[in-house]
Amino acid sequence: MTTQMLTYLFVGLSFALYIGIAVWSRAGSTKDFYVAGGGVHPVVNGMATAADWMSAASFISMAGIISFVGFDGSVYLLGWTGGYVLLALLLAPYLRKFGRFTVPDFIGERYYSKTARIVAVVCLIFVSFTYVAGQMRGVGIVFSRFLEVEVNTGVVIGMAVVFMYAVLGGMKGITYTQVAQYCVLIFAYMVPAIFISLMITGNPIPQLGFGAEVLDAEGLGSGVSVLEKLDGVLMDLGFGAYTQGSKSTIDMFAITAALMFGTAGLPHVLVRFFTVPKVSDARLSAGYALVFIAVLYTTAPAVAAFARLNLVDTVQDTAYADAPAWFGNWEKTGLIAWQDKNNDGVMQYSAGAALSPPKPIFSDQKGLHGERLLKNEPSASANEVYIDRDIMVLANPEIANLPGWVIALVAAGGVAAALSTAAGLLLVISSSISHDLLKQTLMPNISDKQELLFARIAAAVAVCVAGLFGIYPPAFVAQVVAFAFGLAAASLFPAILLGIFSKRVNKEGAISGMLVGLMFTFGYIAYFKFYAPELNNSGYWLLGISPEGIGFLGMLMNIGAAFVVSMMTAPPPSDVQNLVDDIRIPTGAGIAHEH
Amino acid sequence: MSEQHYHHQGENFPPASHHDQQVITDAVAKGYWRANLRLLAQLLIVWFGVSFGFGILLADWLDQFSFFGFKLGFWFAQQGAIYVFVVLIFIYARRIAVIERRFGVDDDEHDITATKKQGAS
Repeated sequence: MTTQMLTYLFVGLSFALYIGIAVWSRAGSTKDFYVAGGGVHPVVNGMATAADWMSAASFISMAGIISFVGFDGSVYLLGWTGGYVLLALLLAPYLRKFGRFTVPDFIGERYYSKTARIVAVVCLIFVSFTYVAGQMRGVGIVFSRFLEVEVNTGVVIGMAVVFMYAVLGGMKGITYTQVAQYCVLIFAYMVPAIFISLMITGNPIPQLGFGAEVLDAEGLGSGVSVLEKLDGVLMDLGFGAYTQGSKSTIDMFAITAALMFGTAGLPHVLVRFFTVPKVSDARLSAGYALVFIAVLYTTAPAVAAFARLNLVDTVQDTAYADAPAWFGNWEKTGLIAWQDKNNDGVMQYSAGAALSPPKPIFSDQKGLHGERLLKNEPSASANEVYIDRDIMVLANPEIANLPGWVIALVAAGGVAAALSTAAGLLLVISSSISHDLLKQTLMPNISDKQELLFARIAAAVAVCVAGLFGIYPPAFVAQVVAFAFGLAAASLFPAILLGIFSKRVNKEGAISGMLVGLMFTFGYIAYFKFYAPELNNSGYWLLGISPEGIGFLGMLMNIGAAFVVSMMTAPPPSDVQNLVDDIRIPTGAGIAHEH
Repeated sequence: MSEQHYHHQGENFPPASHHDQQVITDAVAKGYWRANLRLLAQLLIVWFGVSFGFGILLADWLDQFSFFGFKLGFWFAQQGAIYVFVVLIFIYARRIAVIERRFGVDDDEHDITATKKQGAS
């Protein structure tokens, strides 16, 4: 069977599995729809959380980015795992004890205010849509390369599948589908990683192979470790050393912090801890989630290093005519390009942007050697090869010459990662609309059945909007996602944290904090990314902090504003102070679920 | 304060939950919370130390040491901190459970069965 057919088969089978699970676990009540009935086992919830968490950005883009930036890429590894410690220690158990359906539920009750609830809904929708845009784009990339359909058709197919199980099954359908998706995606990630680690170092465990010696042509130890070799090879080509950062320490610090606090403030992750039976289960569940996540996150940097080594080996000083088939395949999708600047028919790869403007603009003609010709001006750099970071994980099995079924598996895994996260996000968007906006604010008299119907309609609308984002993508996957974290860190995380750990912060404080944090962070990002992108460099940044890391500063401002305003206004009423006392004590979480 | 529970307007808790008969005094609640905060502070110092400390602020200095073929600072940033994070969560789960039992504020078995029945209906 050809790789193409295997890919159709694997992706098709995985879709059939997801839809089958969705039909089997259809939601019958709003409680099923919002929190899967509240009886999910912590290990199952941990696995579902991991799938929910690991998005197209984790699966497709992260190793690719690390591959190109080396040590600087640690911000993603630290940020996207360290947040779980904050979740397990500071938020999850208390939110479970509080025991309602949504994050705005907590903020609305704790700050005894419909305004606070609506501000939280606005923050939530902002964060979730920014994030979901990246997922749909991820689905599009996978489809366009592996199934050779148009990116837009790919997005529509993805939307249809998510629609099936998110709208029908709600949280219940999503939870059990995500367990299946975790298994697909982790298997798809690990298999090529193990193969490549074996090939390069002879060690089957990528986490260890990462630090091991590179094997020479005879399969014997060469005395040089993977990272030493990579440092050497890259410096020869004019790049910085792989293990040395180029970002300033303060920027590394701020980005990591924004990603960590953002992780802990992401509504689609927080809501997962409403689904377990007990407070102690919420803690354990966060622990299991991190175990399942760590499997991928400790493999990713190894994959990144191996992929970079492989790439340089394959491309550098290779005649285009002798380039392996994957090069042409990815060239077709426009994610790789080659401009023969010195007309020698050989690809020279080195530091610096190959093209000007940096993204390739293809003409319809073919060059002397069969390459796609570009309309870009050649840049001053001697580098002739453009490579999009997003392809590193997807192209890795081909670059390493692995069998067709491994390539097919990676395609299915990429789709699983994107769909599981998209579904989780769509669910929190729809529940915040049907539950927080309609039931709790605008239409308090609707029945449970009607609320469930509205939840389904909201999910359907959200799927369509997300699809539009996928068809007209704002920027590339991980970059878009990175901003969602800054916004979550600056708006929702402090409001929830202060709501649990302070009895003094009141509604005026929380609302002004959220608004200050959100507006500052959004304004800063919008200024440097859209309004004045030419100024987006460390010379103009506030305190040397890039837009990716500014959420950390936004968070500090949020906390500062919340305290100052709270001190100037009346303390929260005594029943709210009693609520805080109550959520701090684990006893009695089972009954807290009655609503 | 004799009744710890916060009853929201319009909410009907089942009348015979074990919790409603149990009294958690103010002093117990305060003692438990203080013990919890102390434990949290210890664990968060470690959390900060391995990630922001070893992985970022001290990474350049630690890179002079070699660890299983890695520069040590680089290893913490791309591997080590993640392992420590996992361990921290399970340590917290275990130690807080001991503290809860000591203060008599744990979530016990009655609640699970109650929730399961509700979930199935």
